[in-house]
This record gives sequence, structure tokens and C-alpha cells, in this order.
Amino acid sequence: MKGWALTFVLAAVFALCVGPFYWLAMAATHANSEIFAETPKFYPGDQLGANTAKLEESIGLVHVLGNTLFVAIVQTSIAIVVALLAGYAFAKFEFRGRNAFFVLLLSTLVIPGGVTIIPIFEMMNDLDLIDSFPALILPNLTVPFGIFLMRQSLLAIPDELLDAARVDGAGELRVLWRVVVPVMRPVLAALGVFLFLGAWNDFLWPLIALRTPEMYTLPVALATLQGLARTDFGQVMVGTAISSLPMMVLFLVLQKQFISGLLAGATKG
Amino acid sequence: MTLTMTRDAATRGGGSPRPHRPLITKRNIPYLLILPALLGFVSFKAYPILAALYISLTSGAGAARTFVGLDNYVRLVNDPLFWTALWNTALILVVQVPIMLLLALVLALGLNSPLLRLRGLWRLGVFMPSLTGLVAYGVMFSVILSKDSGLLNWVLGFFGVDAIDWLGSPFWARIAIVIALTWHYTGYNAVIYLAGLQSIPKELYEAAMVDGAGAVRRFWSITVPQLRPILLLTVVLSTIGTLQLFDEPFVITGGGPDNSTLTISLYLYENGFRYFDFGYAAAIAYALTLIVAGFGLLQLKLTGGKK
Repeated sequence: MKGWALTFVLAAVFALCVGPFYWLAMAATHANSEIFAETPKFYPGDQLGANTAKLEESIGLVHVLGNTLFVAIVQTSIAIVVALLAGYAFAKFEFRGRNAFFVLLLSTLVIPGGVTIIPIFEMMNDLDLIDSFPALILPNLTVPFGIFLMRQSLLAIPDELLDAARVDGAGELRVLWRVVVPVMRPVLAALGVFLFLGAWNDFLWPLIALRTPEMYTLPVALATLQGLARTDFGQVMVGTAISSLPMMVLFLVLQKQFISGLLAGATKG
Repeated sequence: MTLTMTRDAATRGGGSPRPHRPLITKRNIPYLLILPALLGFVSFKAYPILAALYISLTSGAGAARTFVGLDNYVRLVNDPLFWTALWNTALILVVQVPIMLLLALVLALGLNSPLLRLRGLWRLGVFMPSLTGLVAYGVMFSVILSKDSGLLNWVLGFFGVDAIDWLGSPFWARIAIVIALTWHYTGYNAVIYLAGLQSIPKELYEAAMVDGAGAVRRFWSITVPQLRPILLLTVVLSTIGTLQLFDEPFVITGGGPDNSTLTISLYLYENGFRYFDFGYAAAIAYALTLIVAGFGLLQLKLTGGKK
């Protein structure tokens, strides 16, 4: 009996959390006037195709999706490699300045993002990189949290495992690729998911660093669309639903990695 | 040069044990491994942090930049809008963080209960809001909170509540920010707590039951002390996060109405990228850093000292 009451309460909380997403998906299939009707729409309409076509016309949906995917994939791939290499060095090697660098790296975690954004903007301006993909990608390749996560997980790998491979004559890169990477696969996946979503959803920096609509990523394109007077919300809703889609899919497929990544960040801190 | 030699050695020396000196040795490998991260850190963290400190002591930009000493900081202390932003941020912090963490703890206890059915599904759902991107979040809430056709007022209508002008009144706009923040982050904290609860050894509870301790007693004597490090961590993280609050006011209220939801980070952004007053924005950024660092240290002292 008590179990049912508890389950009912959690179902209500679930509805509060997921309800807005459901409403968003439904709104994407209705026309602007229906979205702002007095009763919210909880059933699918027939305007999804029309809304999508309008969105393609106003922001170049396919092109913008391509930009967003390109930036997110390149940025995530490089940042993972950088974090893995650095984490490996911190966890498994002695070198001069190791502790000092590690402490410095972690201390930047408490510095508000607003501090670095102005100098980075000026730097990109001086380098003539404003309104380019490198401007978006370059500042995000060293991720202190990622390096920390990699180091913590690598500490758990026994040195004997690495030494055994070295005795067998494997070079350092081979040890890394053949021994370390396979063991680290779940953590790498967790970090990858986090970095990808971060890049996919990134808004403020792209908004500042991009100028021409051809370069826009999806969040920036949607925000400019929403900012227009007499916005057609049907198409905004389609765009918003599309921008939320990868996160839903990735989360559903990789739930375990998500939560383990989250906890690695939280409990070992 | 080195490259061709290496290649020659590689093609020649099939049998010889040491055909060339490898480029990567045990001695230099940590430096090679760390190099990319170091380059990124120096260029996009260390340098900008120091540059921002210098910029905060200047006025103008580019060739017109002049050193003005502490002028920006003096202006900051005398700027009523800065104090408004600080007050708004503090208000949201004091109201929202305790509510959210308490809700998260209750939610985690519910999720952890052996009586619960379909745990995986509920956990999945409550975590979902924390994954929402800034723009999706903003679009959803601006429509959900709209006065005449918003989802929230429609739901409240069933309970006999008159339509609330969420985004039009200073009081309700702040409440709207608190609601949005709570929707966004409660599940995230609950999932962290849930993992903490699950890592508490079951033997502790069994022993307490044998000793005749009731549920309330078990909660205060076992759950709370065992969960303490995680509770502490979430308090510190949420405080630091809320002090830097930007997303919600930026996308939902735009800081208004009447600057009632203007936060420090939003004020920083407006000065930097709406008025392009980089010197002043950098000064705000450094003031914020001091506040964040101060709070972080204070909380660690207060809570860590007892242990």
C-alpha cells in the first residue's frame, strides 16, 4: 500500500520534470496561433512539416545543424584526447611541476567564466578569428574537469598492468593505446557525452564570437529567431525540440555512463 | 632531418635491437603528454585571467586603452545597479538553494526506498531537466510562464489561482527564476544524493534495527552523518553556481522587470557585450571572483572545521 503511494508521488514529480518536454514536442506540431490558444495542446497537430519547412527557410536548418555538429564533434574529440593524455601524465608519471600545474588547473574551476571571456574575445579579434569555427573550438580544448576526471580514473589502474606491457617491449604510446584506452572506455564515453552536450548547447560564447548567419550554431540561430518581433513560435518550437533531441537520445542510450561521469565529478571532489 | 633519419633507420633496421633513439622516451613522455593541455591552459585560462585583471585597471579598448588604476573598482562600489545585482543574487541564493537541496534530499530518499516501483524510470525523468540547454530552456519557460496562455497558469487555474503575471511583476519574476532553477537542478542533486545513499553500508541500518532504532532515529544517526561529505559538496557547488547565476535571468526575464532579476553575471555581460565597456566588465568579473572565493572558503571553514 505504502509502496503505491510513494510510486504515485514520484510519478507526479516525474510529470513535473518531463511534462515541459512533452508539451514542447506537441507545440512543435501546432501553428503559432494554436500554441497561444487558451488551453495548452497536449495532442499532436498536423503542422510539424510546415513548421520545419519555415524553419529551414528562416535559419537554414540543415546548414546550421551541420555547423553545430561539426563544431561539437571536432571540439569533443580533441578535448577528450587532451584530457586523456594530461590525466595519464598526472596519474602515472613523475615530472617537474606536476603538483603545481595540477593545483593551478583545478583552481581555475572556481573562477567565473565571465573573467576569461573578455580577454579571449580580444585575443580572437587580434588573431582575426572572430566569426570562425576555430574561435569557438580553440578555447574549449583544455577542460580542467575532464583532466581531473581522467586522472582520478587512471589512478585506479594498477601500475603493474602498465609495467607488464612495457616489459613485453611495448612503447609508451602503445601502452596508452592498447592497455589504458580499453580499460578507460566507460569513463571516456562519459566524458565524451558531457563534452558533446556542452558544445551542442553552448550559447553565450558562440553568440559573442559569431557574426554571420552562415556560421551560426543552432542555439544562436534559435535565439536570434526568437528575438525577432512577431516571432512564429511554431518554427521556434521545432528548432527547440531538435536542439533537445541529441541530449534525450544520448541520455537514454548512455544512462549508465552519464550517471557514473556525474558521480565521478561529484563524489571524488 | 630527424624524420628522414628515423624513417631510414626503420626501413633498414629490421633485426638490429636499437636502430635509432626513439623520439618518445620514458624521460620525456610526461612532458609530451602534458603539452597540449599546458598550451590550452596557458592561452585560454592563465593568460586571460591575468589579462582580465589588467583590463579591469584600464578604460577604453585597443589603441585607446588607458591605465586608470582602481577607477573601475571605485565606480563599482558607488554603482547602485551593482548593489541591486548583488542583492538580487543574494536573495535568490538564500531562498532557492535550501529549498532545492531539501527537495532533492527528500526525492533521493523516495527514489532509494525499497518500496518504490519502476525506480529507473523515475530517476531518468527527474534527471532530464538538468540536461536542457540554455536556449531550449529559455524558449520553453518564456512560453510556459506567459500570463494568458502559459502552461503554468493553466495548471494553477485548476486550483483556483488567478492568472499570475510571472514576467511582468518584480516579485513574481524572482519567484519565476526560483521555480526555473529548482526545476533545472533538483533532479541533478537528487541523483547525486541517491548514489550517496546507495553507498551507505546496509549493515549499519541492520545493526541499528537490531538495537531497536526507529526510522527517524536511523535517518539522523546514520543517513545524515554518512551523507555529510556529499551534502557539503552540493551546498558549496550550488552556492558557487548561484553566485554566478546567468542563464535563467538572461533567457527568461532578461534581468527585468525593473532590474528585479538582474544578477552580477548578467550585469557583467551587459557592460561587456552590450556597452563594450571592457574595463568595467572586467572589474565586475573580479569582484565576482572575490565573492565566490570568499564564500567557498567560508563554507569550507565553517563545515570542514567541525570534522
